[in-house]
Amino acid sequence: MIGRLTFPFKALVACLYLFLLAPILIVLPLSFSNDSFLTFPPQSWGLRWYAAMFSHRGLIDALWVSLGVATTVTILGLIAGVPAAFAIRRYQFIGRDLVLNIFTAPLLLPSIVLGLAILLVFVQARLLGTYTGLVIAHLIVTTPYVIRIMLTAFSTLPPSVEEAATMLGASPFTVFRRITLPLMMPGFVASAALSFLLSFDEVVISLFITGPRMRTLPVEIFDYVESQTDPMTAAVSVVLVAATLLIIFLIERTLGLSKTIGKS
Amino acid sequence: MVAITATAPPSPYPRIGKFPFVLILLLVPMAAINLVAFILPVARLAMISFIESRSGGVLTENYTLANYIDFFTDKFSFELIANSLLLGFVVTLATLFCAYPIALFLHRVSPKWRNLLFVITVSPLLVSSVVRTYGWMVLLGDQGVVNGVLMSTGIIQTPIRLVNNSLGVYIGMVEVLIPYMALSLISGFGRLDVALEEAAASLGANSWTRFRRIIVPLTMPGVALGCLLCFVLAISSFITPKLLGGGRVFLLATEIFDQAVIQLEWPSAAATSVIVLIIFGLALALYSRVVKRFD
Repeated sequence: MIGRLTFPFKALVACLYLFLLAPILIVLPLSFSNDSFLTFPPQSWGLRWYAAMFSHRGLIDALWVSLGVATTVTILGLIAGVPAAFAIRRYQFIGRDLVLNIFTAPLLLPSIVLGLAILLVFVQARLLGTYTGLVIAHLIVTTPYVIRIMLTAFSTLPPSVEEAATMLGASPFTVFRRITLPLMMPGFVASAALSFLLSFDEVVISLFITGPRMRTLPVEIFDYVESQTDPMTAAVSVVLVAATLLIIFLIERTLGLSKTIGKS
Repeated sequence: MVAITATAPPSPYPRIGKFPFVLILLLVPMAAINLVAFILPVARLAMISFIESRSGGVLTENYTLANYIDFFTDKFSFELIANSLLLGFVVTLATLFCAYPIALFLHRVSPKWRNLLFVITVSPLLVSSVVRTYGWMVLLGDQGVVNGVLMSTGIIQTPIRLVNNSLGVYIGMVEVLIPYMALSLISGFGRLDVALEEAAASLGANSWTRFRRIIVPLTMPGVALGCLLCFVLAISSFITPKLLGGGRVFLLATEIFDQAVIQLEWPSAAATSVIVLIIFGLALALYSRVVKRFD
């Protein structure tokens, strides 16, 4: 009796989920509109805006920039973040907490402030509107998550396992390759996937530092939404949401999303 | 001799002093990123907020308090602060009321459903905020879904204005923040035990009393955390207010962007950013005082 889920409560929660998912679900029917303007329900149906999307030069260029930046950021973020997390977890040194706090502090800073701050430095360093600049700026967004996830991953690894391998004569490199690495795999995959998505979706900081020559996809979409109201953005959104769902589904199937993200 | 004094296997937790070189090597890449994209920028932001500005993005060498004095002598600034704080409070409260039932439901539903619903609850976080905001423009626009349904059922004759004003921004912000609030609440729901509610019920407490006296107090730490997170995210959010506000909703965050990117008034933008950070600090201080009362 107590703690039972009553019907009115279930109905309330269903309504709240509808509210939560409404803006994501609504773009699906709209993307098949053939109208020139945003009207719902559409007067005519078709694939016109999907075709328009693929022949939109700026959008396709921006997509490639975003894919490139996100891939680079994911790789560099793991290269920088995983050893840092390993050092913080496995070594006792003075200022360990301070180092961890500084490395994860960018999480706390609002991106509108961080974006402006990075703009002010990049203006001097001539990094505005460059690939390098975008990668550096996105790294500061993704690496705190990599460190958080990898710290959790390293802490679930009992040292006795590595100790046993060492005692049986394995070299430190072999221990790392045969024991540590395989046990860390879920952490790596979660960090990589989250880094990619965060970089691919990053918009506020990118708005400050992208130039007319180099724009990321979210910036391109933002400008498009701000200036035009036609259903093309719906088509773009459907493709993006589908790609995101695919990634979530693959992670959930292989690792369990709630396990990898919920704990960190 | 050799057989007796076997050395202990190397500890997996070496102390510093033994491998400072390895340690430095492990930390340097991350430290470099942090320095270039976080510490230097924040230091420069703070510095530039004290620099005298000329129009067109020209920075001088002169240090001044003028940017802050300008901010606090302009009536518009107080409007910005008031708008941002009001948005923060209203959106946080509304998000709490929407996310609390979801979190409670997730806590009580059978494990089979819990995982799926958990993924559904957090998955909007992984969808670009531009996409979600665009969805709200479609739903709330003059020819949007909500107005369409209301007009076709004859409830209203002319469309209600739901976008390009604060109402649209508030609705969009609540939806964007629900997953953050739900995550914070769930993390605090661990202390909730059905046995306590059963005990209360056996002592004659009705469901409303049990909710008020058992469930709410036990989940307060999660509520405080979620409120802090949502308040901080709400007053610094930019994408949703910019797109759903249609340039008619003026907040600290939108002002920072306009000053920096459109007017190229970097020192003013930097000063406004510092004000936002101070509000952040105050919210954090309030949070830690509130949390102390629960422990």
